[in-house]
Amino acid sequence: MADKILKKLKIKVWRQKNAKSKGKFETYTIENISTGSSFLEMMDILNFQLIEEGIDPIAFDHDCREGICGTCSLYINGRPHGPDTEVTTCQLHMRKFKDGETIVIEPWRARAFPVIKDLVVDRTAFEKILQAGGFVSVNTGGVPDANTIPIPKDDAEESMDAAACIGCGACVAACKNSSAMLFVSAKVSHLAKLPQGKVEAASRAKNMVSKMDELGFGGCTNTQACEAECPKSISITNIARLNREYLRARISE
Amino acid sequence: MSKFLTASIGRKFVMSLSGLFLVVFIAVHLGLNLLLIFDNSGDLFNQGAHFMATNPLIKIMEPILGLGFIIHIVWSFFLEYQNWKARPVKYAKKNMSGASSWASRNMLVLGGLVLVFLIIHIINFFVKMKFTGDPLLAEVTINGEHMHNAYALVSSAFINSAALGVFYILGGALLGFHLSHGFWSAFQTLGLNNKHWLKRWKVIGTIYAILIAVGYAVIPLYFMLGLYK
Repeated sequence: MADKILKKLKIKVWRQKNAKSKGKFETYTIENISTGSSFLEMMDILNFQLIEEGIDPIAFDHDCREGICGTCSLYINGRPHGPDTEVTTCQLHMRKFKDGETIVIEPWRARAFPVIKDLVVDRTAFEKILQAGGFVSVNTGGVPDANTIPIPKDDAEESMDAAACIGCGACVAACKNSSAMLFVSAKVSHLAKLPQGKVEAASRAKNMVSKMDELGFGGCTNTQACEAECPKSISITNIARLNREYLRARISE
Repeated sequence: MSKFLTASIGRKFVMSLSGLFLVVFIAVHLGLNLLLIFDNSGDLFNQGAHFMATNPLIKIMEPILGLGFIIHIVWSFFLEYQNWKARPVKYAKKNMSGASSWASRNMLVLGGLVLVFLIIHIINFFVKMKFTGDPLLAEVTINGEHMHNAYALVSSAFINSAALGVFYILGGALLGFHLSHGFWSAFQTLGLNNKHWLKRWKVIGTIYAILIAVGYAVIPLYFMLGLYK
């Protein structure tokens, strides 16, 4: 069965030449888009059209285009990754839009995620948080056999659920405070639930939180918007665990 | 300690603890004020008010309560400003209603309106009882003890002005909405939450919020509907 065709769409998109310049919205018209195409394919078609018209194509992040790398972003019609649940933008399809609609596309907005060009933001802040403590130090010895360290099934499951975080930044984009707590809590949790991660649990929580604050992310007010917009449905119970880990580390010092 | 208070989680910890302290106060305050509707001679309420005004433990708690309010209010404005700074360029189009509740996104608005209510409430009753006095507060004697007739002041206020009653019902409702997010949120911030307790705290918080809103609405309604006669 052939997919329906959206005859005409208006694309209102944020254009910004570079990090220093002041950006503004531009509106483009695009015609005959199949509802079966992905959102990024629509963006590709629009870019070809812009190139033919002699306009600089719109810069946006993308890589694997199968929903696992966390590279694509875009705040579409007021929601990170657009009007669908548990998907990244590359997995969003045009069937979620109506013919004749105006689609508003903005970059992630946060002090810690400055715009580089158009819709591309600098998410190095996440890497810096990971470098502050999102690891397990293994300084010597061979790899132990997996089954020699007993781990309860539920702990392994919870750890894996937290490890599903792809670091896309939708939590920051969705949060009214631009808070990175869901990201940080996922990275703290997937290690905190495992014996290997417990050794450095206290310093990890302290270092990652202080790096997060230093980089200019806001504080958590428990609105749960992050969980709702997360393409991997990371639970806010991880944030409770981060709070617990952090308070324990601070009180015991 | 300074490190703790400059960290985002440490700051939230202060909001959460001061909030829970106020949650306890609100319940005690409601419990005492419900005495208004159980004895239309006013003796029960007057004795309760007299006890609260003279008990040494309550006298110690009074400034601590004031401090709790000030910390919770001043700190909230400071935190909101910090969070506002974290997004220098705002979104042109936002659609947040599906992802989060209105109350959770507008705690400062709800809290600010509750603050307006609180100021008027304090001027109406607390200031008169404690400092300026009022002809209605003339002394009464119950079981040989002299005390102010607080019942006369409160009951006549609601009997004479339906607008005041509506204002109080609205104040209670605003507090209820504030608590609908604030109650479970406090436990989340303290780290006392997991996948089981998330649902439990929310249910307990919702029940508490409804009890508070309804409880505080019952008192003005009792006088407005003439049930005291």
